[in-house]
Order: sequence, then structure tokens, then C-alpha cells
Amino acid sequence: MSALKQRIDSLLVEPGCATNQAKSDKARKEGCKKPLTPGAAAGGCAFDGAKIALQPVVDVAHLVHGPIACEGNSWDSRHVYSSGPQTYRTGFTTDMAEFDVIYGGEKRLYRAIKEIVDKVDPPAIFVYQTCLPAMIGDDIEGVCKAASERFGKPVIPVNAPGFAGSKNLGNKLGGEALLDHVVGTMEPDYTTDCDINLIGEYNVVGEFWQVKPLFDELGIRVLATFCGDARYKDIASSHRAKAAIMLCSQALINIARKMNERYDIPFFEGSFYGIADVSDCLRKISKLLVERGAPADLPARAEALIAREEARAWARLEHYKSRLAGKRVLLFTGGVKSWSVVSALQEVGMEIVGTSMRKSTQSDRAKVVEIMGTDAHMFDELPPREMYKMLKESKADVMLSGGRSQFVALKAKTPWVEINQERHHALAGYDGIVNLVAEIDKALYNPIWSQVKQPAPWEIEALEAKGAAHHG
Amino acid sequence: MAEVIVGKKACAVNPLKMSAPIGAALAFLGMDRALPLLHGSQGCTAFGLVLFVRHFRETIPLQTTAMSEVTTILGGLENVEQALLNIKKRANPALIGICSTGITEAKGDDVAGFLKLIRDKHPELEGTEVVFAPTPDFVGGFSDGWGKAVTAMIDALVPETTVRTPWQVNILAGCHLTPGDIEEIRETVEAFGLTPIILPDLSGSLDGHIPENFLPHTLGGTRVEDVREMGASALTIAIGEQMRPAAELLEKKTGVPCRVFDRLTGLAACDAFIALLADLSECEVPAKYRRQRSQLQDAMLDGHFYFGEQKVAIAAEPDLLFSLSHFFADMGATVACAIAPQDAPVLARVAADTVRIGDLGDFEQHAAGSDLLVTHSHGRQATARLGIPFWRAGLPTFDRLGVAHKVTVGYRGTRDLIFEVGNVFMEQLHAHEQHITPASLGSHSTVAAPAMDAPAGAGH
Repeated sequence: MSALKQRIDSLLVEPGCATNQAKSDKARKEGCKKPLTPGAAAGGCAFDGAKIALQPVVDVAHLVHGPIACEGNSWDSRHVYSSGPQTYRTGFTTDMAEFDVIYGGEKRLYRAIKEIVDKVDPPAIFVYQTCLPAMIGDDIEGVCKAASERFGKPVIPVNAPGFAGSKNLGNKLGGEALLDHVVGTMEPDYTTDCDINLIGEYNVVGEFWQVKPLFDELGIRVLATFCGDARYKDIASSHRAKAAIMLCSQALINIARKMNERYDIPFFEGSFYGIADVSDCLRKISKLLVERGAPADLPARAEALIAREEARAWARLEHYKSRLAGKRVLLFTGGVKSWSVVSALQEVGMEIVGTSMRKSTQSDRAKVVEIMGTDAHMFDELPPREMYKMLKESKADVMLSGGRSQFVALKAKTPWVEINQERHHALAGYDGIVNLVAEIDKALYNPIWSQVKQPAPWEIEALEAKGAAHHG
Repeated sequence: MAEVIVGKKACAVNPLKMSAPIGAALAFLGMDRALPLLHGSQGCTAFGLVLFVRHFRETIPLQTTAMSEVTTILGGLENVEQALLNIKKRANPALIGICSTGITEAKGDDVAGFLKLIRDKHPELEGTEVVFAPTPDFVGGFSDGWGKAVTAMIDALVPETTVRTPWQVNILAGCHLTPGDIEEIRETVEAFGLTPIILPDLSGSLDGHIPENFLPHTLGGTRVEDVREMGASALTIAIGEQMRPAAELLEKKTGVPCRVFDRLTGLAACDAFIALLADLSECEVPAKYRRQRSQLQDAMLDGHFYFGEQKVAIAAEPDLLFSLSHFFADMGATVACAIAPQDAPVLARVAADTVRIGDLGDFEQHAAGSDLLVTHSHGRQATARLGIPFWRAGLPTFDRLGVAHKVTVGYRGTRDLIFEVGNVFMEQLHAHEQHITPASLGSHSTVAAPAMDAPAGAGH
């Protein structure tokens, strides 16, 4: 069995996963690998997932070892922000050609690493394996090891070729690369009793910066984020954190669990989307830090902060309540947890007419049922044609989804708000939910809707004539 | 003649190149009721899909055979079979265009052979054409893939014939043309009383219309039935050198003669095109085009002040690079830096001293000191670092609206292009004007600002 195969199998029986815990021994052994259906599959591959998880490390060079498709078609498409270095925005790829396929791409990879060291000299280089070099047997671990030794800097192999599986699996494979090669390899300049890690926070459109001030005010230091606006050194020295919050629907649960095992860093699952969720996170982390030796007044200070921020957010939302109450929303989310958005929208009185559970876990389902009272409005799949029909028949006033279904809504002449990772509006923290509601309000009340729904004069005449003939 | 320089770097920095399979997929997206299928991992499809969605701002029907590590090693027959059956059942398209990828080609999947087996085994696929374009990711780039898909469609769908319809014309459209360009070409051909069959026709499928129903395949584009008629046309007009192999195959198969236009932007190129249509149709050139020609001449007179001796850096797909380089040269500008993502015969004729095969890293390096950067949206990082104005051209352009409707061909398109780019130059003159001091005028004689307003009436 190949090392990659073993690794994937171990990830698929992840003991930290609630779904796995609920399974029988036999079912657990079989893992959770769902084969993709040819001709009916959608979504990214494992390479995509690994890149999404790791690319937010902003000061390293991300080098994609593969033919042009993997990086050439995809680079510079994610809005993850950096407060400093811009190295992560450069697309580096070996752009493998026929010659490399025949003779192997290892030499080209080694030379590519050298060129990056010579030209950019980043603190580290992440090398992503893709399908083609994996298939012809390029040993990226070996090349990275040799390059690390030769150039005296970390060259990290990320073994997540696309055909290994889904985007979600790729997130975890990216996490494994950090666990194997980065975490624990450096020491922080200093430590505090309130050092935490955020796991699964990617700083999409700067969302990390919406919550960071909250932690700052409480004296909680975010030692490392995995991996939004992260520096290589942050991740390398993250093993000294006292506690961690796992975000993004367990995408990086393997990091959370293994850092708990290896370095005794306790964690809980949280979300920065929705007022109640942010407060919940602050409460839990304060409590956890006190257990780990933080000052005893931390929870009380957190409560004061929560009270102030919640009041402020509610005051800001008040304006929208009368405008949005009773409006029906269709949710079609990917990575952002359905239930946190559901509860947020219910907070302003919106009615959820449906929510997708494509990437959600069993506990997510339970949570949605708890919030919505029933699972009647949950669906696992909603093909575009049916989604279009629902919207065309005005079964929802607004749709929230990722960019890929954007045009299904727009062609059905239905207001649409982006909530997945390509979004341009930061939705985290107390301000984030106000931003989301403001975006929904802006979309719903745009004057174009009544105009585009208006048929042409001649269409009305034709309809009337038809009606007259029918009745006459 | 431009000297073509191939770089020796192992690492591409900020790729200009996109892959051949998605080039082929876009060609299939120009077909009516079509569904392109990438034979590879699902990421191959997902990346192309996102790229096209961002550029066209439209839903993109694109499918994958979802190859896993195991199926790649064992061979993809079953995945291709399952994908075809699933797509047939779900979408019932008129055409499925299969594009292979790096892994399935390296493995050696014989897709053409698979298709024979699958067809025999599954009569229920009847009514759906399946065309295969071999497009390994590691050979060539986007426009090569596009060309291969068009060639494959001609090979598979056009029967040999001796019938001739004198008023019917084939238009083979290169991937550097926008839906708006294709619309312009169609209108022009029709204005001469001719009936064009355009292959592929993105103006039908990706022109941003609102369909009555939402279907899981393309809505609009070239119909399969029309492709079957292409052997009866009087002439094939190929636009872009990338379409030459397809045009020649069509000629070989059906005897329809072909004429390749390496560009349709610029006065001389448009003249040749219009003259050809007039000859073919034996019609007078319509007043509309005489008027547009005159407007273009006027635009050239008005615009030349702002183009003259400007240094331009362009990074684009080969045919687009060719067309744009000559456009700038026609207007008196110099193409100081020309970068293409992959080699092509047309590059030797680009209007520049040298053409580099390279990436946007090379572009950034060699474009320093020029007056204008021209490339797709990925050039925005370079423009920020170099502080040089930026005019977007090519795919992907994801940070501007209306790119599908932009017209750069024909008299009218060329005229508008002069205005659009000329305005970018003009704005720079205003910016420079702010910095003119007696000392700068004394020390440097080439400051162009005084030309600003004086000749404004020169075109009248």
C-alpha cells in the first residue's frame, strides 16, 4: 500500500469526527470515502482542497508541480488577504511538458525550487503534488528533502494529488503536511497564558481581522491561524498554544485532534458566523484558557465584551428587522456552516425555505433541526434545474450561495448574495453578520427586480390577445 | 519577422498559459445543446468551470469523468461509459464533447476505442453525438485545445459531399474572438445576403441572454445539423491561424476551399474581408459598411496622436497577440515586449522584434519602461508593481463587466478599440501634464503634452 493510500485511509477513519464515532466498528473500518459519480460530479479535487487550506500562509512560495492545468487555470482566484507579504499571490508551477512526462519531472521540480530560492528567497516553499507527476512516480518527498538540505530552508511536500479524492479530503491532506513537516519545528519568541490557535480560519476577504480585535481586547493572543494571514514561523511555533478553536466545519479536524494528542492543546468547534456563535466562541475560549492557567477574570471580561458587542450589533440590525422580517431565503452553502447562517438570519426574522446539507456533518444536521424545528427544508442535492424552478416560481425572495449557482438565481430574476469563499464582503464576527444582512437588504431592495420582471409591451399585448381569444 | 525566444526556466511564475483541455471545452461550449466532458480528475473540470464562470458571468455546463487514483491506473473505460450514460439520462444533450487530460493521456486511455465499445453496448445513447478531442495538459495550451476540438468536430460530423450552396459560408472562429466579435462577423456576412455557419458560435451560447428554461446543457450555439451542412458551403473563412488545420481538413474532406484571415482588426484586414464578401455574394458593399469604413479612417486620424511612438507590452494567446501587435503597429505604436504562453507558427509574424514564450513573470520583467500593459486580468499585479497603465485583453477577464460583448473586429470594432485604448493614453498625457515644469521642458525634448489639444480638429 502506498504511503498516500495509507494516509488517506487514516484520515477517513478520523477518530475526532463525530460521524465516525457514531458508526459501528465495521462501518468505521470501511471509511467514509464516497466514490464520485462520473458525469454527475461537481466540485474541486484534493489538490484544490490542499491549496485552499495552505495558500493563506502568506510569506511562503506555493509551487505546484504538475502540468499547466492545475495552476494556470486556477491561480489568483481566492480572496484571502494578507496584512504584509504578498508572496502567496504569485503563481509558481513547473508547467510540466511532454519531455517531463517521459523522463520524469523530478529534475525540473528541483530546478524550479532553486529558481524560487534564488529569486524570491521565501522563508519556506510548499510543493504541491498533482495527479500527473503522482502517476508517473515523481518522488516529491525525496526532491523536497534534497532541496531542503541543499538550500538550507524548509521545502515542504504537500502530497495531495487531485485524484486522491474530494476537496474536503484535500484540506485534511494539506493539514497533514503541516503536522508532518512544520508544526513544532520552531519556537515562538515568547509565550503567554492566553495563546491560542485558530484552525480552519483562512482570512477570506479579511474575515480574520473582524474577530482579531475581539481577542486583542481580551488579551488573548492568536499565536497561529491555520492558515489565514499566517506566517511560516507562526505555524512552525504553534505547538506552544494553550488552546485552539476549530472552525470551518471540521475541515482541519486532523490538525486540531493531533495537536491535542501531541502537544496537549485542547480545542472545541466554533464558528465566527452569527452573533450567538461569536459570543459562544469567546465564552468557551475564555473558560478553556482559565482552565489552562489564564487569569481568572478573563470570563468576566469576556462577558462584558460580549454584552457590549451584542448590544451594538443588535442596534445595527434593528434597522433591517422591519425590512427583512418574513422574507424567504434559500440557502445553498458550501463550506460555510449552514446552521450558523440559519440562526443568524432567523435573528432578523427571515424565513428559511430551504438549506443544503451537502458538506455538512450529522451533528450539523441535528443542529439545523434544533434551530428550524424540522428537517423538511433540508436537501442533500438540488440540481440547478430544480433550483431554477423553485426560484422562478418565487418560492424564495433571495438566494444565498456560492458563485457557481449565482447565475441560476440571476437567470430566474431572483436576488442573490454570495456567501462562499469567493465572496467580497467579510461576514465574520459581530460586524460580519450585520454586513451579511446589509448585503441581503441591498440585493432585495434593488430597484432592478421590478424592472427585469416586467414583460415587454408586445408580450403583454400577446398575452392579453391570447386571453381574450381564450375567453371569447 | 519576429524572433521567437523560448525561455529555459524550470518554474513558470504567474502563468499566462491555460490548459488545452479547457480550450477544447470552451469550443464545445460554442455548440447548441452541448455538454463538454473532461476525462480526468474532477479538479480539472472544477478549475476550468470557475475560470469560465468568472470571465463570462454565466452558468457553465461542464462535466467530469471523476477519475480516481485507482481508475486512472486501471484505465478509464468504465468512467467514460458511466459519465456518458449519466449525462444522457440527466441532460440528453445533442453533443457531448470529450476532452482528455494529462493523466488519462499519460496513462494511454484509448478514448476513441472506448467510444466504439460504448456505442455498441448502449443503443440508448442514440441521438447524442459524441466527439473526442485528444488534449493532454502537457502539450500546447488553450488555443491548441480549441483548435483540436474544432478539428475533431469537423472530422466526426461533416460528411463528404459534392453539393454546393453558393450563398452558404463557413466561418471557423478562433478562441481569441469574443461572443460580441462573432455577432459582428455574423451580421456582416448576413448583410451581403450570405448564410454563415459559424463553428464554434459562442455568440449563441455565451452572450448573456436569459433563457426560458434552465437546462443542464448549453442553450444556443452552433447546431449539430448545421455542422453536417458545412460540406455544402461555397467557402470556409477561418479567423485566426489556429483555425488553419481545421479549415484545411474541411477542404480535404469536402472540397470547400478555405481562406484564412490572420486577423479581422485593422483597416486593411477589414477591407480584405469585406471585399471577399462582396466578391462572393456579387453584391455591392452596403452603405452601412462604407460609412463605418469612413468612421474608422476618421478614428485613425483622431487617434494617431496618442498612439504614435508609445511603447506597448502585450502578453496574450498567439492569435490575439498577433492581432493586437499589428493593431498597435498600424496606429504608430511600438510593441516593445510581446509574450505568448506557447509556441505557434503565427508568432514569427507578430509585429515586434522578439516574441518570448513565457509567463507574466517574464512580462513584468520585460515590460518595465513601457507606456501600456496589455494582457488578461492576471496582469493587475504587474501593473500595480510597475505603475504602468493597464488595458485588459483576453481570457480570463474577471474584474471587468461586459467582456463577452466587447467588439474588436470589423471597421466598427477597430474604431471603438482606437477610442478605448486611445483614451487610456490620453489620460496619461493629462497625468504627465501635471508634472511639466520649465526645467523638465528644457532637459527633455520628447514630452508629448503640447500635442494634447492643438490638433483636436485635425480629423475634420
